[in-house]
Amino acid sequence: MSRRAVIEARGVSKRFVSHSSRATQLKERFVKGLTTRDRGPSEEFWALRDVDVVVGEGETVGLIGPNGAGKSTLLKVLAGILRPTSGEVEVQGRIASLLELGAGFNGELTGRENVYLNAALLGLPRREVDGLLESIVDFSEQAPRIDDPVKHYSSGEYVKLAFSIAVHVDPDVLLVDEVLAVGDEAFARKCLAKIEQFQQDGRTILFVTHSLDLVTQLCTRGVVVDHGRVQYDGDPAFAVGTLRKILGTDRPVGEPSGPAEKGGVVVHAAHVSASAGGPARGRFAAGEPFHLRVECEVLPSREVYPGEVGAVVMGAGDIPVWSMRTSKGHGLPAEPGRYLVDFAVDAVPPLNGAFVVGVQVDHAETGLPLTARRFDDAVWVETGDLPGLLAVPATTTVTRA
Amino acid sequence: MSAPALAADRAALASARASAQGRIRWDLLRQLVSKDLKVKYQGSALGFVWSLANPLFMLGIYYVIFTYVFDAGVPDYHVYLMAGLLAFTAFSQGVGNASTSVVGNAGLVKKVRFPLAVLPLAGVGFAMVQLALQLPVLLVIALLSGISFFGPQFLLLVPALGLLLVLTIALGTIASALNVRYRDTSHFVEIFMLVWFWTNPILYPVGLVKDQLGDLFWVYFLNPTATIVATVQRAVYVEATPIGDDGRPVQVLADPGYLFYLRNLALGFLVAGLLLLLARRVFRRYQVDFAEDL
Ligand SMILES: Nc1ncnc2c1ncn2[C@@H]1O[C@H](COP(=O)(O)OP(=O)(O)OP(=O)(O)O)[C@@H](O)[C@H]1O
Ligand SMILES: [Mg+2]
Repeated sequence: MSRRAVIEARGVSKRFVSHSSRATQLKERFVKGLTTRDRGPSEEFWALRDVDVVVGEGETVGLIGPNGAGKSTLLKVLAGILRPTSGEVEVQGRIASLLELGAGFNGELTGRENVYLNAALLGLPRREVDGLLESIVDFSEQAPRIDDPVKHYSSGEYVKLAFSIAVHVDPDVLLVDEVLAVGDEAFARKCLAKIEQFQQDGRTILFVTHSLDLVTQLCTRGVVVDHGRVQYDGDPAFAVGTLRKILGTDRPVGEPSGPAEKGGVVVHAAHVSASAGGPARGRFAAGEPFHLRVECEVLPSREVYPGEVGAVVMGAGDIPVWSMRTSKGHGLPAEPGRYLVDFAVDAVPPLNGAFVVGVQVDHAETGLPLTARRFDDAVWVETGDLPGLLAVPATTTVTRA
Repeated sequence: MSAPALAADRAALASARASAQGRIRWDLLRQLVSKDLKVKYQGSALGFVWSLANPLFMLGIYYVIFTYVFDAGVPDYHVYLMAGLLAFTAFSQGVGNASTSVVGNAGLVKKVRFPLAVLPLAGVGFAMVQLALQLPVLLVIALLSGISFFGPQFLLLVPALGLLLVLTIALGTIASALNVRYRDTSHFVEIFMLVWFWTNPILYPVGLVKDQLGDLFWVYFLNPTATIVATVQRAVYVEATPIGDDGRPVQVLADPGYLFYLRNLALGFLVAGLLLLLARRVFRRYQVDFAEDL
C-alpha cells in the first residue's frame, strides 16, 4: 500500500465565525472608526477538528457521517475552496469537484454554453471541449435539450450534465458531494460504471454519500466523520458499521431497544466471547472460536409458550451472514424462569467487516415471533487486507499469453 | 499503471495541472465575459444596440443641456463629449461591474475552485467589450462631423486605452474584494463615480481648468482618468484650439502637442501600476476567505 499520496490533509481544522459578524458594511466601519478591530461578539463553530486524511493514488474513499458532521466542509477544504483555519492540505493533479447540483451552471445559458463555461472553470481549454462536447452530451443523455436554457432542466437532468462534464475533464482527483443521488437508476448505474472505470484508470475518488450501501459496494476505504472529527478510517464495511452505530440506525426502526416483552418472553442480554462464560470480545480473527450466550426469561404471564431461539449474525445492510437456532424441541420450555442459551461456533469464518447480532424467539409450534432484539455491539472480524465480505484464498499466476 | 515511468509521467502531469488550475486562464476569462454578454442581452438580437443605448442617451442629454442651456462653447461639442464620455463610462462601468463580480458569482465561488481573480477581470472585460463596440460609432460620428482623425495623434489611443484597462482592473479588483467583506462597497463605488465624473474634462473644455489652475495645472492630471479622457479627446477630436462661434479660437484641449500627453500617461501608468500592485495584494489577502464570507 505504498501508493503515492494524492490527497494529503494533516491536522486540518476549520473554524467558522457566525455569518452575521463577518460581512459588514463600510458605513459601519467608518462610524465605529477604522481603528476598532472589534466586530462585535462573534460565535465560533469548529466544523473540522484535527482531521488527518491521506488518500493514495487510485483509492476510492467514501466519506460518511451524520448531517452537519463536516463532510462538505472537508471536501471544500480539499478542493481548495475553503482555507483551513489550521493544518495543511495538498492535492496533486487536476481536481474536478461536484459539490452541488450543477454548481457553476448559469440558468440563463443553454446546456451547451454551460458545458463550455463549466469545463473552462474546471480548467479545460476551449479547443479540448470542442472535441469532447459530443461525448459529454451523449453521456449526459441531454442531446435533445442541449440548446435549452438549463433553468428549465429537472434536477436529474441538471446533475446528469454536471456529472458528465466533471468526468470528461479528465480529472486526476474527483470530489463528489452527494449529488449522484438525484439521477434515476439507469443513470446511477452509468455513474457507477464510470466510477469503476475511473478506479481502473488509477484515479482518485473521494465522495460523500448518505447511501451507505454504495460505500461498501464501491469504496476501497471508508472515512467516518462526526462532529468535525474523523471517527474511523479504514475498511468500508467497518466504516458503515461505525456510522450506523453513531446514527443509532443499527437498530430497526420502531423496534424497542430495551428488552422486548411480547408473548411473555424477554431477551435480556447477549454476550459474545471466545468461550462459554469467557470475557466479552468484539474483535475476532478467522478460525477463532466464537461463542454467543443469550440470556432470556420466560415471564410468568397468563399464556406461556415454548420458544425456539435463533441468532443471526448480520453484515452491512443487515445481510444475514449466518444463523444459529435451537433445535426442534430443545428450545425454551413453556415454564417461567431465566434461561441461558449458548451458541458455540468452532471457527469464525474468514469474514471481513463489522457484524451485528440479532436474536429472535419464535413460538415453537406456530413459528410466530414472540420477541426479537438486536445487539448493536458489533462483532468485528478481520481477515487479510483485501476488500470483500469473505476472504477467499485464491492462487494467482501471471503468464505471458 | 505498473510501469514506474508511466507513474512518473502521471505525477508530472498532475502537478502541471494543479498549477494550471491556479493560474488565470484566457479561456475562462473569455467564457465568463461571453456568459455576461449572453445573459445580459439574452434573447434580444438588438443586444448590440442596447449596449450603445445607454451612452448615446446620456450623450443626447448632456449635449442638449450643454449646448442649449449652458453653452460650453466648444465647436463640434458632440464629438468632444462623446470621446470623454465613452472613455469614462468604460472606466466607471468596468469598476462597477467588477465590484459586484465576486458577490454576484457567489454560487461559483463557493462551489468551484478556479482562479478567482478572473471574476473582476471579466467584469472589466465586459465594459471593455462595450467600449470596443462604441468606439467605432464615435469614429463614424467624428468623420461625419468632418473631423479627420487620421494622423499620428490617433496612435495616442493605444496607451490611453492601455492605461484605462490597467486602472480599471486595479480599482475593480480592489472593489470586488472589499465588496465581499463590506457589502456596501459597490454602492460607495457608484456614488464615488458620480463625483469622480466631474473631476474629468468630459463636459467642460479642459482649457477652462488650465485657466483656473495656472501653474498647478499638473495637479489636475494626477488623476489618471483625467489623463485618459484628455488623451482620447486629443486622439479623436484632434484640434486643440478650434475656432469658436464668435470667430475667436477656443482652447478645448489641454495641449496641441504629444509630449504633454505622453508625460501624463507615464505618470498615469505609474499611479495605475502602483494601484495594480495594491490590488494584487488586497485580492490575494481577501480571496482565501471569499467562500466563507459569501
Ligand atoms: N459558512 C459557514 N458558516 C458557518 N457555519 C458553517 C458554514 N458552513 C458550514 N457550517 C457549519 O458546519 C457544520 C458542518 O457543515 P457541513 O456542510 O460540512 O456538513 P455535512 O457533513 O456536509 O452535512 P450534510 O450531510 O447535511 O451535508 C454544520 O454545522 C454547518 O452549519
Ligand atoms: Mg454536505
